[in-house]
Amino acid sequence: MTGQEMSANPVGGQGWQFPFSISIEPRLTVPKWLPALISVGSLGVAFVIGGIVLAVAGGNPLAIYAHLIRAAFGDIGVFNDTLVKASPLMLVGLACALAFRMKLWNIGAEGQFFLGAWGASAVVLAPILPRDTPAILMIPTMMLAGVACGALWGLIPGFLKAKFNVNEIITTLMMNYIAVSWVLFWVFGEWSESGFQMSPMFPRNAWLPRLTDYAAQIPQFAGLTLHAGILFGLIVSVVVWFITSRSRWGYEIRLIGDNKEAARYAGVDIARNTMLLMMVSGGIAGLAGMAEIAGVVHRLQGAISNNYGFTGIIIAWLAKLNPFAVILVSVLFGGLIQAGREIQPSGVPRMLQGIILFCVIAGDVLLRYRIQITRR
Amino acid sequence: MSASAPLPDSASSIPYAVEMRGIVKRFPGVLANDHVDFDLRPGEVHALLGENGAGKSTLMNILSGLYRPDAGLIRVNGRPVHFNSPRDAIAAGLGMVHQHFMLVPTQTVTENIILGLSEPRFFLPLDQLDQRVLALQEQYGLRVDPKARIWQLSVGEQQRVEILKMLYRGANVLIMDEPTAVLTPQEVEELFHTLRAMVARGHSVIFISHKLDEVLKISNRITVLRQGRVAASGIPAHEATKAQLAQLMVGREVVFTVRKKPVQPGEVVLSVEDVCAENDRGLPALRHFSIQVRAGEIVGIAGVAGNGQSELAQVITGLRRCSCGRVVIAGEDIANRPPRAAIERHVAHIPEDRHGVGSSPGLSLAENLIMKSHRRPPISNGWVLNLPMIRRQAAQLKDEYNIIAPSVEVQARLLSGGNLQKAILAREISAGPRLIIAVQPTRGLDVGAIETVQNLLLKEREHGAAILLISEELEELLTLSDRIVGMYEGRHMGELNAEEATLAAIGLMMAGTPQGKPATR
Repeated sequence: MTGQEMSANPVGGQGWQFPFSISIEPRLTVPKWLPALISVGSLGVAFVIGGIVLAVAGGNPLAIYAHLIRAAFGDIGVFNDTLVKASPLMLVGLACALAFRMKLWNIGAEGQFFLGAWGASAVVLAPILPRDTPAILMIPTMMLAGVACGALWGLIPGFLKAKFNVNEIITTLMMNYIAVSWVLFWVFGEWSESGFQMSPMFPRNAWLPRLTDYAAQIPQFAGLTLHAGILFGLIVSVVVWFITSRSRWGYEIRLIGDNKEAARYAGVDIARNTMLLMMVSGGIAGLAGMAEIAGVVHRLQGAISNNYGFTGIIIAWLAKLNPFAVILVSVLFGGLIQAGREIQPSGVPRMLQGIILFCVIAGDVLLRYRIQITRR
Repeated sequence: MSASAPLPDSASSIPYAVEMRGIVKRFPGVLANDHVDFDLRPGEVHALLGENGAGKSTLMNILSGLYRPDAGLIRVNGRPVHFNSPRDAIAAGLGMVHQHFMLVPTQTVTENIILGLSEPRFFLPLDQLDQRVLALQEQYGLRVDPKARIWQLSVGEQQRVEILKMLYRGANVLIMDEPTAVLTPQEVEELFHTLRAMVARGHSVIFISHKLDEVLKISNRITVLRQGRVAASGIPAHEATKAQLAQLMVGREVVFTVRKKPVQPGEVVLSVEDVCAENDRGLPALRHFSIQVRAGEIVGIAGVAGNGQSELAQVITGLRRCSCGRVVIAGEDIANRPPRAAIERHVAHIPEDRHGVGSSPGLSLAENLIMKSHRRPPISNGWVLNLPMIRRQAAQLKDEYNIIAPSVEVQARLLSGGNLQKAILAREISAGPRLIIAVQPTRGLDVGAIETVQNLLLKEREHGAAILLISEELEELLTLSDRIVGMYEGRHMGELNAEEATLAAIGLMMAGTPQGKPATR
């Protein structure tokens, strides 16, 4: 059909006309409540689509969802596990959300997470501090080392982007593989526990405090493995919020993210901010790695991340880069990871994650356009 | 075309090419079109005149299928039509050339022209398509290299690509939104030539503008919009006068003079010495160019677009590197220093591209007003922003500079061109500049806004600011400048005092013939 033949009225047939017309118009203003509504709506649509897939696969979607909810939030025990899973997700989600503000596509949170875990482990295993160092000194040193290593891993692509305009999506993605191999190199070699592919268990003074550690004082905490890492997530979310919406640096980040040319015109040093932001983003992801090592795994091994680094990207998008929403979404995804195992070790929960991301990205259209249905 | 049958009432005589009746369009808080009637006869140029925000662009966005009217009827060649997208409008033979071009910068002219068409389906016979584009250019006298990439073209050339795009799609009615706002006087002449060629071939043109001289020159009939309503409908151009149209546009009488007070120039603030620089294409844009601006004077630069004026402004403000020479501001060489060096020396810059460079469309008006001042008290202590102060200062600037916006929290992309320019001026001038680099400061603005901007610049001159004015409006250069320097292919073409400058002499400089005093170093 050439342009000339095309009807000005695409649904108009001979005599009969579709009684409504649908038009898509660019949205001029975005009401404050709309992003939240669209996020929630996208989630709903994702679960409907997921339900269809489950039904096709031979399950009863409603029963499965009910089971998922019970398995993630049903009692204090499983909710504890959900929060343990959510803790690293919060930090990684915040790391991504911060970088994405400047339209800096840090896909490397996974690698920065691994490097953070490695750095924290090095404090115990190298050893940088003697084994019997009191926790009050050991933990902060591990945090520092984790943040520093994550930051360094972020700085490398940041530097390449700032100085040579190398695409950070490619470099951060590739550096994930290097990071995992780097950790495996140490786990299989220098730090291997008598040939096993894991390091020796850390001493108790290198563990983050857990609720269950206080079971003697508060009996209800017995068996609850929730560790201090969740506090890191909560504190960092406030810090990220303050940086983006209250600080001069955050203003420069948003300015660069919105219009690079205008930022340059306003005298903002884009190269410096790129490196700095990649460092901070990498540092937050590194802290997540440290918290996971010191709070849950208590040793360095190959399998320390449940794809946390990549899930963080989904979380940042679903939260529309809002640091407080990142917390909520992380708990949801923590629950999905936790409960998903109840159905299948890997297939269905990952599929649901994928569908959610798809719906969230598709839902973004509604933020930018308005769909109008009018009677002819 | 449309499936509906023509209505009997329009069948009586030759149908209008376009007929719009009772068009209503509401935006949040604004009634952009309030029962607007408009019609276009075949083979005429019909001008749509009005101030910024009068509803011209909205009306034409409706006609081009971008917006849907809340009420009203559109007929094309007598048949009622409902456009759901620009594609429908183009299929009905209506092509719009927008004020802000819709082109892909990294693609070639031909690639942009065929973008979105269903032919060719799979293979791109680019050489063959280039030939088709060249043939179309011949017919209408629109020259532009089909193999050039958009980012390499001047604004005038990009506009030609937009027109070619519409003609290639078989547009019968061309809607031109503020087409001359971005053009040099010569380019305007060429455009008018093209438009006449098109009308002679039976096309019709809707010409949106607020430049009275041009409207009187090119159009057959004129419709004036004011605040979303029709103030005058289809008056013949030969019966209209400038004063009458201006009064219809603004609703009051307009005086066409700006008063310049005598000022004794002070010390040299800006001294550009022997500067060379390259443009985006890597070709020489400035060739050993020198100029001096003293406190309390306005130095105008006259030149056809693309002769190095933009690059000069960028070199002075640190946005472009220079390969030789010095840029001395208040005694200090800041050539090739980062943009912040100029900002810290109180250099204000009103950039040529107010959307792409001068403002950040996704940030609020208030956030746009603190660009540059965001590092210093009272806006921030260097680390933390003072939000109440930002809001207060924004509200104050909004009042003082008469920026029309629902609130200071509104995104900058929602401001009209004139209001955005007022916001940029408010930001740059309120910082108390020692030197102002003003590039095309009134381009695309309406009569009232032009007056405001010009008076603001003159006031800064009286306050002792040194002003470098780069403008393609020769009238503006003559009214505002104390001295006028000609620029041609990046070279200094001589200097004229405002009193002795004539349009003829300036025109000669712009064409590459040196006049008046040579450059001093």
